[in-house]
Amino acid sequence: MDPLAAIRETFFQECEEQLAELESGLLAMEAGDTDPETINAVFRAVHSIKGGAGAFSLEALVRFAHVFETALDEMRSGRLTPTPESLKTMLRAADVLADHVRAAHDGGSVDEAHTAALAEELKALGPDGAGAEDEGGEDDWGDFEFTPMSIEAPAAPAVAGWQVRFKPRADLYAKANEAALLLRELARLGETQVELDDSALPALTDLDPEAAYLAWNVTLSGEADEAAVREVFEFVDGDCELEVTPICGAPDGGAEGGGLDPTPDETLQDPGETLDIGALLARVQAVADPPPSTPEVSPGAPAPAVAATLAEPSPPDGQGQPRKPEAGATIRVDLERVDRLIDLVGELVINQAMLSQRVMEAGFARASGVAMGLDELEQLTREIQDSVMAIRAQPVKSVFQRMPRLVREVAAMTGKPVRLVTEGEGTEVDKTVIERLADPLTHMIRNAIDHGLESPEKREAAGKPAEGVVRLTAAHRSGRIVIEVADDGGGINRERVKAIAVEKGLIAPDAPLSDEEIDNLIFMPGFSTASEVSDISGRGVGMDVVKRSIQALGGRITISSRPGKGSTFTMSLPLTLAVLDGMVVSVQGQTLVAPITAIVETLLPKPSDVHSLGGHARVIAIRESYTPLIDVGMALGYRTTPLDATQGVALLIEGEGGARAALLVDAIQGQRQVVIKSLEANYRQVPGVAAATILGDGRVALILDIDTIVAVSRGADSLRAEKRLAATG
Amino acid sequence: MSMTVLTVDDSRTMREMLRLALTDAGYRVVQAEDGLHGLEVLAAEAPEVIVTDINMPRMDGFGFIEEVRSDPHYRGVPILVLTTESDAEKKNRARMAGATGWIVKPFNPVKLVDAIRRVAA
Repeated sequence: MDPLAAIRETFFQECEEQLAELESGLLAMEAGDTDPETINAVFRAVHSIKGGAGAFSLEALVRFAHVFETALDEMRSGRLTPTPESLKTMLRAADVLADHVRAAHDGGSVDEAHTAALAEELKALGPDGAGAEDEGGEDDWGDFEFTPMSIEAPAAPAVAGWQVRFKPRADLYAKANEAALLLRELARLGETQVELDDSALPALTDLDPEAAYLAWNVTLSGEADEAAVREVFEFVDGDCELEVTPICGAPDGGAEGGGLDPTPDETLQDPGETLDIGALLARVQAVADPPPSTPEVSPGAPAPAVAATLAEPSPPDGQGQPRKPEAGATIRVDLERVDRLIDLVGELVINQAMLSQRVMEAGFARASGVAMGLDELEQLTREIQDSVMAIRAQPVKSVFQRMPRLVREVAAMTGKPVRLVTEGEGTEVDKTVIERLADPLTHMIRNAIDHGLESPEKREAAGKPAEGVVRLTAAHRSGRIVIEVADDGGGINRERVKAIAVEKGLIAPDAPLSDEEIDNLIFMPGFSTASEVSDISGRGVGMDVVKRSIQALGGRITISSRPGKGSTFTMSLPLTLAVLDGMVVSVQGQTLVAPITAIVETLLPKPSDVHSLGGHARVIAIRESYTPLIDVGMALGYRTTPLDATQGVALLIEGEGGARAALLVDAIQGQRQVVIKSLEANYRQVPGVAAATILGDGRVALILDIDTIVAVSRGADSLRAEKRLAATG
Repeated sequence: MSMTVLTVDDSRTMREMLRLALTDAGYRVVQAEDGLHGLEVLAAEAPEVIVTDINMPRMDGFGFIEEVRSDPHYRGVPILVLTTESDAEKKNRARMAGATGWIVKPFNPVKLVDAIRRVAA
């Protein structure tokens, strides 16, 4: 890749990091943080973005960043106090800046009116107000194009050269400038004749090695203009006396007045006639370090190392090795490499399982060296797998940190003041899970504010604070990651939900449903609370889409709600998408895998437990309650006549919303951790099947999509089943 | 043996751009991300020239220059600061602290090398 293109990508990555810093810093300040380092970090974030943007000529971004940076500079130097209003403006400015960055990266466009309006607001914050800043902005942009020149003198074409008198002061050397180098650079502009003026040099005994005694007269011939000559001495302007006079040309405004050598000719004398350089050198070298060699300076000027230059910096002794990187160092790795590694480890696990199986079949005793060696291998493989999975694990922070801005926007649109509280940002989850979390979370938070929270008036009337709270938390719990979105709003309006569900034919009008079951109706396909299609959450996307996204991640989502107090959505997700703890079962000669997390218990049905509802529908009595019994073989089309339940095993499973069912399988083979292989990627999507895996014996086993099976079976029989249950109940 | 340049800047983008321009010009580049880190790398690598930004966390450009100049070992090491042209105040402050010269951001690679040549062999 073109190196500049690679750096441009780096720039945009860095911008995202800076934008995150910017937002979190401003939020901290809003929450009362007065640490000067916070405002400094915020300033630096915008400053950095502006700097890089300038390098890539991203004009619009630079312009806005400049205005923003100026306002932040006022704030960090104490000329502007951070008030809630000014911080809110800053936060909105941060949002606009983010928009500009993304537009610059993706090539999109930005709302210019909005940008201009916000720029005006920012300028209005500053102590001086509008006018002056505007100029500054334009000038800055102009300066990016031009090299600054200290003198604007036009070059006189008739000038054949320049006479330069250069007398450094001590300060010049103190800043590590070296006359020899400057003279060398001057020599690149044309032919030079250099003459040393050591008239101010005292006797050796009176010599102060850090004082400046020497001066040079240089005759430069050629076509360089005065600006180029002066530019050589740009850095030492103020630390030296510098006179630049044209030779043999019309004297023009560029010449410095006064104190000039009257005739150029005198200074062009043979150096050897003015002083004995050799003797001078010899005297000085006797006491001083040898001067650094500067071969490009023309003869006549002694290497000006003596009084002038400080000793060259020598590598410090005994400072030994470079320091080791600080603890907690990180490296950047190409995601593809990590994915490949994970694939290979997956293959390793499968192969190890197959090897174990073959060895067992070959009849090695469990206690034999081979078997024990294989056990160790299995142990190691598992550890490698865990470590490799951990590489891709990232804190959910990256998803969580998009939420504050979302909350600000939705709060503004709905006119409801909202505070977002987050916890557990450091909780780690596989990268792929994180990426797919963003949409469902966004949707749930929108919903929480739009539908969950009451209007400020209603809240106050109910004795609640006008500002609503949305709580977003993440934590690890029993091998999974649990994410909750909770609001302190009015809770689910159960009457209304039930009414809508009946209206849409999703449930029977007299179906006896528990509160929990009513709450979970909102997840049903076709149920959309937005009959008033609000711009915010009702874009035709309902909670059922959210639920399906979570399920696609191998997760579950449930809701609990208390009228008047609020609702909490709880999502439980696997830590990684690549591996599954499974129960291996057989059905009609086929080997299937059911996710263990879904299985509540296993039962051997007795004849008295099983009841028929007519047709093939059956229920099984489990401790006082009846649960639908699903014949997996029939559901998947492996058999056309039902299995005698007493000949099989029932797996009591729990799906979303606590819906329970019992899966009837032929037998249980065992419990294993299996590597998930996508069926879609290798074949196509099959209803009822979530994925596939390769077992120890090399056969492919399908992994059941529990919820779909339950839904499909239930769907067909649900109304009837409920009626029967009610009758027998 | 090519000259070693130490670049000190908290922006990854800037560091990479400097590295590109300097290695193209034949210099060897070592880098640091703030003043404190810069002091460590300075001690370990003994660069011939330093190019430093001003706004950095932990220790900014001014602090860094002052520290470097206060050590007799390094008083002769040329230090160039990266500055935006409109900021004369910062430039002066840098010079007061002991900066040898400056480079204007966004920098032009040719001007960068010119500046280095004016201060280092």
